[in-house]
Amino acid sequence: MTSATTAHSVVEPSATTRRFAGSLVVLYAIITMIPLVWIMLTAFKSPDDAISYPPKVMFKPSLEGFCNLFTTRSRQTPEFIRSLGPPQGLCDSIARSRNMVVAGPSNYVPRFINSLIIAFGSTVLAVALGTLSAYGFSRFRVPLKDDLLFFILSTRMMPPIAVAIPIYLMYRTIGLSDTRLGMILLYTSVNVSLAVWLLKGFIDEIPREYEEAAMIDGYTRFQAFVKVVLPQATTGIAATAIFCLIFAWNEYAFAVLLTSGNAQTAPPFIPIIIGEGGQDWPAVAAGTALFLVPIVVFTVLLRKHLLRGITFGAVRK
Amino acid sequence: MNELSASSRITYRAVMVRPGVARRIRGLSDRTLAWLFITPTIVLLLAINIFPLLWTIYLSFTNYRANRANVPTIWLGADWYQSILTDPDIWAAMQVTAHFVIWTVVIETVLGFGLAYLIDKKFRGHGLWTTIILLPMMLSPAVVGNFWTFLYQPQIGLFNYVVAFFTGRAASSFQMLGDVTLSPWAIVIVDAWMWTPYVMLICLAGLRSIPDYIYEAAEVDRASKWRQFWSITLPMALPFIMLAVLFRGIENFKMFDMVNLLTGGGPGSTTEVASITLKRAAFESWRTGYSSAFAIILFVTVFGLANIYVKALNKVKSR
Repeated sequence: MTSATTAHSVVEPSATTRRFAGSLVVLYAIITMIPLVWIMLTAFKSPDDAISYPPKVMFKPSLEGFCNLFTTRSRQTPEFIRSLGPPQGLCDSIARSRNMVVAGPSNYVPRFINSLIIAFGSTVLAVALGTLSAYGFSRFRVPLKDDLLFFILSTRMMPPIAVAIPIYLMYRTIGLSDTRLGMILLYTSVNVSLAVWLLKGFIDEIPREYEEAAMIDGYTRFQAFVKVVLPQATTGIAATAIFCLIFAWNEYAFAVLLTSGNAQTAPPFIPIIIGEGGQDWPAVAAGTALFLVPIVVFTVLLRKHLLRGITFGAVRK
Repeated sequence: MNELSASSRITYRAVMVRPGVARRIRGLSDRTLAWLFITPTIVLLLAINIFPLLWTIYLSFTNYRANRANVPTIWLGADWYQSILTDPDIWAAMQVTAHFVIWTVVIETVLGFGLAYLIDKKFRGHGLWTTIILLPMMLSPAVVGNFWTFLYQPQIGLFNYVVAFFTGRAASSFQMLGDVTLSPWAIVIVDAWMWTPYVMLICLAGLRSIPDYIYEAAEVDRASKWRQFWSITLPMALPFIMLAVLFRGIENFKMFDMVNLLTGGGPGSTTEVASITLKRAAFESWRTGYSSAFAIILFVTVFGLANIYVKALNKVKSR
């Protein structure tokens, strides 16, 4: 190929190179997806299909995993079950086919709701505090600015378990242990460092002249912040919010050490879903699959901002 | 107190440059506003990060046990530090941790850089496949650990089936989570599966930051592709690779979630990383003072290593 006839620059990879690179990446992507696809499939298997060997790729779909996830069941004699009226809904009829009756709802829904409340609560707080601080650091001459920013970042270097002990003691003293509020405050404090760093990057990119112009038009500094800077920073704020949400949604160490019943989120709960005779894999898979859905959606929404979020904005894209 | 004196020195700047604007300012002054904006974050961090850290330091010098709050607290001095630093079990746990950090970081860096290099060739559909590759790192490490225990089941697990299929061994003849030689690798595999995309993403940013004209100049000089890779691509992407190594190193030093779910530190203590030892001491045997001292030692180690590393990173960057 002579350079005179090529439309693209000399550094563009050739078609063969691209195809070769592409097939290797696609191969890796497929291998990486197998565990996720497998867990999604397992959620729709019957307990027998889930533990069959060799593993079954083709199977008759069943909702038993989801039923077992959402209900608790008790074993009864066939005579007793026959004496009952018609089954109450799908899950009851599945349970009865295994000589059980539905005894009540499981704890998955309350745990899931805790996850929602704690993740969204701490995200709203962290983003609100983070936006204010980021604006403060971006626009005002704050003494010891670099030291404060580094201090904020360094709070993330601590192993969670190192601070879990005194937080446990402190929460026990002031009555915040095993409460949603306590977990919201804790996750907010972890997330706020990320929020400040990310949002400072986004706000730094908004020209100061916009606010100055608004202030010439008679806005106060605060009005200029609310009416000019905030709308400009919307994408950055949204991206930051999703990162905070993902962290709070996925957090495990604090949740398992500091909550027991009341405020426990889904990550410590999913592994302890036990069926009769050991772990009920379809139910665990169903719980996992439902738990993963929001994250998968957010990842797709976030892909453009991912890099900033995972590096605290240390790498700009 | 420090904050108060600090905030009183906050000056405003954007407004001062245009005298016409200053007269028009109504409501809060910039100084007050800056103070109002920054303080809540600092207060929260002091309350939920710094105060507990100071408390940990205090507890590390006492015999306090969280499950026996009535026993009078005795000041022990540096006794715990001495016993931890001379305890062979602790050194074993630190070694296990170091092995995990080294192996996971090496594997993730090689794979991640390789993937980034391939994706940078901009083949058709690279955006979609990149997003798919990124999925694992967005998941909860605990939930990931949990579903990998299912894949690793010797009788029914997909992982064992696939390995058995390709090697011809019986699937139930090896227990990824129960065998002393295999279980550390079981964790390394899951960690690499989950976090290679992270390294890949940072490396990709590094590769994209290399301007085309450098390669064009190299082409004019007839440098081979191999030579271009070693003399341009790798050195220019190096600061980014090092940044990825730093972040993964810090995270994996703190590794807890996945290990706790996959093996809980076993079999024996072959996968007992520092965080697991710490959790056992703090929340199972309730040796609060002892575990506080260990927590401080860990924190100082991470902080010290990270600082040394950042100095090296800055040197590479400024080259």
